[in-house]
Amino acid sequence: MSQHDSKSLEQIRKAREEWEKARTEGEAKYPNRSASFTTWSDMEVPMLTTPDELEGFDYLKDLGLPGEYPYTRGVQRTMYRGKLWTMRQFAGFGSAVDTNRRFKQLLSMGQMGLSTAFDMPTLMGYDPDSPRSKGEVGKCGVSVASIHDMETLFEGIPLGDVTTSMTINGPAIVISAMYFAVAEKQGVPKHKVKGTLQNDILKEYIAQKEWLFPVKPAVGLVTDTIEYGTKHYPGWNTVSISGYHIREAGATAVQELAFTLADGLAYVDDCLKRGMKIDDFAPRLSFFFDVHNDFFEEIAKFRAARRMWARFMRERYGAKDPRSWMLRTHAQTAGVSLTAQQPYNNIARVAVQALAAVLGGTNSLHTNSMDETLALPTDEAVTIALRTQQVIAEESGVANVVDPLGGSYFVESLTNKVEREALEYIRKIDEMGGMVAAVERGFPQAEIANSAYHFQRQLETQTKVMVGVNKYQMQEPKRTIPTLYIDRSVEQKQIQRLAELRRSRPKQAYEDGIRKVREAAQTGQNLCGPIQEAVAANATLQEVCDTLRGVFGIYREAGSF
Amino acid sequence: MTQKSTIRVLVAKPGLDGHDRGAKVIARALRDAGFEVVYTGLHQTSEMVVEAAIQEDVHVIGLSILSGAHNALVPDIIEGIRKAGLSDALVVLGGIIPEEDFDFLKKAGVSMIFTPGTSLTEVVEYIRSNAPVRT
Repeated sequence: MSQHDSKSLEQIRKAREEWEKARTEGEAKYPNRSASFTTWSDMEVPMLTTPDELEGFDYLKDLGLPGEYPYTRGVQRTMYRGKLWTMRQFAGFGSAVDTNRRFKQLLSMGQMGLSTAFDMPTLMGYDPDSPRSKGEVGKCGVSVASIHDMETLFEGIPLGDVTTSMTINGPAIVISAMYFAVAEKQGVPKHKVKGTLQNDILKEYIAQKEWLFPVKPAVGLVTDTIEYGTKHYPGWNTVSISGYHIREAGATAVQELAFTLADGLAYVDDCLKRGMKIDDFAPRLSFFFDVHNDFFEEIAKFRAARRMWARFMRERYGAKDPRSWMLRTHAQTAGVSLTAQQPYNNIARVAVQALAAVLGGTNSLHTNSMDETLALPTDEAVTIALRTQQVIAEESGVANVVDPLGGSYFVESLTNKVEREALEYIRKIDEMGGMVAAVERGFPQAEIANSAYHFQRQLETQTKVMVGVNKYQMQEPKRTIPTLYIDRSVEQKQIQRLAELRRSRPKQAYEDGIRKVREAAQTGQNLCGPIQEAVAANATLQEVCDTLRGVFGIYREAGSF
Repeated sequence: MTQKSTIRVLVAKPGLDGHDRGAKVIARALRDAGFEVVYTGLHQTSEMVVEAAIQEDVHVIGLSILSGAHNALVPDIIEGIRKAGLSDALVVLGGIIPEEDFDFLKKAGVSMIFTPGTSLTEVVEYIRSNAPVRT
């Protein structure tokens, strides 16, 4: 590192050579447990890193101070001394009434922000009474088909006082319009509406696979929402560029990082093409990463992500506002790492992952509940997950120091390596013409499928160990923890509620609303305004989405594997 | 001696859930094990799955559901398949399936349910030994 001059580096190198000789000569008392040691993503790690391996490392250029470019050490000067990360547990199931109750429970337990999970039909832009929704209503999240559901969801929760994150992508433009309309009804001024719309459609084609329209018009909708949010909702994070789903689908840490940043670059490019100015919209772009099993690999990923994004924004796009350079991120512990076997072990996994997210400098965190591989989490499991964060925040002491791992020879060299490999992927994607083109030719999809298969093979051969799954298994009683069960009555109730809405709404206003949406889509206008008008006039989610499908068409993926 | 034909497997993703990691990994493993594999792709209605199964005249139908919609979708698919005359096809299911649903699904005609943590070998071996023999 830069604190070592070349003379002392030479001495270190010599000492290291001697040490290597001593280490490899003769019979070792404890030979290596394995021929090679790799991260969870199969990246080789050294036994030891010494300062000579970081030659050329420039503290101010590569790390800088916290809250300063390139933000490797964190986006805030005081980090968690000033403000703890936001503890934000993702919740949503059944009807809006059920989820509203869970929201209030979480707020009363000290959670700081809300995060909404929607059910599959909502994510795909179908109403509960569509034949495509059969069996899915309220199962994986809350069912929201109209502004009435949205109102119920936030009943008794003043939207000017909480920040709300919404995991919705394909129909994000419609769902956010409903949210804004409810805030307006509550009398909340626009600048006080705060939260985050996931609204990252590229990662849907890549990994999460809940899409509505072909890629290009879908990206156009994202740009619409960025443009509209920038103009009217200054406290709203217009997109949460998400690596989480990419990782969960099987990507490595490097792939997650590279594809996520490349998605972000694609949105930036589309906004610029529309004539927006980088410093007007870039400060409201936010990120969302997975935090997986391999402690240091994850920490390195978060640190590299901040540095890479800052440099892209400043060097590639000439952004001048420091807020444009900052990668602010939410993190969630890895759902795929949880095991149905010996489920209480998941509490330990989540704690380790959460600690990595905190040491990686995340701005917000969701900790998974131990029972999530079995079903949606119970109240008790959610409480333990939140308490895990509170233990880290209040008891472990890690929140008292900014980036305590900064300067660790190993962590810095791993951060460099993760960055180098991710940049190589981004170079490839740039060569293809950017992420939209790469997605259309299936590049990231194929890379992820390969990694997922490779990992599964490693599990089969015990090259990678999952405790309780392929090692340390034991006989277990049938089911050891209680689970939450969503029954079909939710579906029936939602269908009735919708039928009632269709019967009672004034026909003219709703039809006008839909007509204006169609016209705006046909003429390429920003769709946010017309959609907000339509949903306020009680147009349902699917009615708006079908109108857009009629103009844009639908997306089909080739069933390759 | 009659020649045993290659086992043909349809890997299907019924319903709206987009979690295809497991389905794709399984599809590859079955192909690597020497089976003939057809993958439907995502977001299939029950009718689409039945049609694909008939068209490909498969021995085995592997359904992957992680959204919780299994109780609604699986019986429809099995009924469709039986009605269309594929009465001997083996139906297996994978995904997030709570144990309290196992009985219902088995009664509906699912012969095996694979939950998270199942090894590829286990799946391959099960299909190899239980797929119907057609001559």
